[in-house]
Amino acid sequence: MRARVYVTLKSGVLDPQGQAVARTLGRLGYGEVQGVRIGKYVEIDLEGGDPDAARARVEEMCRRLVANTVIEDYRIEVDT
Amino acid sequence: MSVVFGVVRFPGSNCDDDAVRVVDQVLRPAGASGRIIWHKERALGGVDVVLVPGGFTYGDYLRAGALAAQSPVMDAVVEFARAGGPVIGICNGFQILCEAGLLDGALARNASLHFECRDVHLVVEGRPTPFTHAIPAGRAIRMSIAHAQGRYVHPDVDRLEGEGRVVFRYATTDGAVIEAANPNGSQRNIAGVCNAEGNVLGLMPHPERACEDLLGEGGEDGLMLFECALAWKAGVPARVGGKR
Repeated sequence: MRARVYVTLKSGVLDPQGQAVARTLGRLGYGEVQGVRIGKYVEIDLEGGDPDAARARVEEMCRRLVANTVIEDYRIEVDT
Repeated sequence: MSVVFGVVRFPGSNCDDDAVRVVDQVLRPAGASGRIIWHKERALGGVDVVLVPGGFTYGDYLRAGALAAQSPVMDAVVEFARAGGPVIGICNGFQILCEAGLLDGALARNASLHFECRDVHLVVEGRPTPFTHAIPAGRAIRMSIAHAQGRYVHPDVDRLEGEGRVVFRYATTDGAVIEAANPNGSQRNIAGVCNAEGNVLGLMPHPERACEDLLGEGGEDGLMLFECALAWKAGVPARVGGKR
């Protein structure tokens, strides 16, 4: 089973990387770009076949290590 | 009887030997000594002060300090801190203490996106800590920074300030706290904070690199933090900055 975790900076936390990418996209002519936020994508392979149980475990992993909930949010998808 | 500083070494620590040198050589005549504690140790071996040094532990993978904060030795550091023992985290050590939950807040990527490596000036304020209690409030002290992820972020910075837990702010050479003196975009120029009890301190600048005249023009302002801790543990009045 595979969990896909998306870690993103909380809204309101300055993302200088995103700003730099947005400026560069603007220079490349993509004037419609209003903003860019950069996050992390984490794949976690797990043994076991119960998606609910897996989600609960990954949720705990996110709180304890994978995300820093002071400045980051996370979203979990579990493939079965 | 010497005051023993335990310096925690992780894979990727690189300011550990500098810190040991300060206590074990520069401050040896004043009664300090230093020893390295490997991150796989589960006991601190009776040290009086714990120092978590700078570096790039685990290559800053995931987030700076995130993996080191889960090292075996950290349980003992947390226990030491909970019992009131003086703990200081410098640069990556500050990031580790935040990730370990001993300090509030987080260190995000510098607003400039640059690795900021230069001297800065700081003012000391807030509640007294074992490492700052004798440094005159408002005096601008000088030391260097060297980090890419030092932008301090706290979800309730008013509360932190209200509790006197902002200990260092980036300032001008005259001690003025203005945005132009902020090297990394930290909220309200915050360079260092302490826990609610005051015994755990973290800061991004490097006091251990400003302890000997020989090391360039940084001077010896950093020595004051070590002298404060030494006096605190020895139970004697602190005399800091005596060579100025």
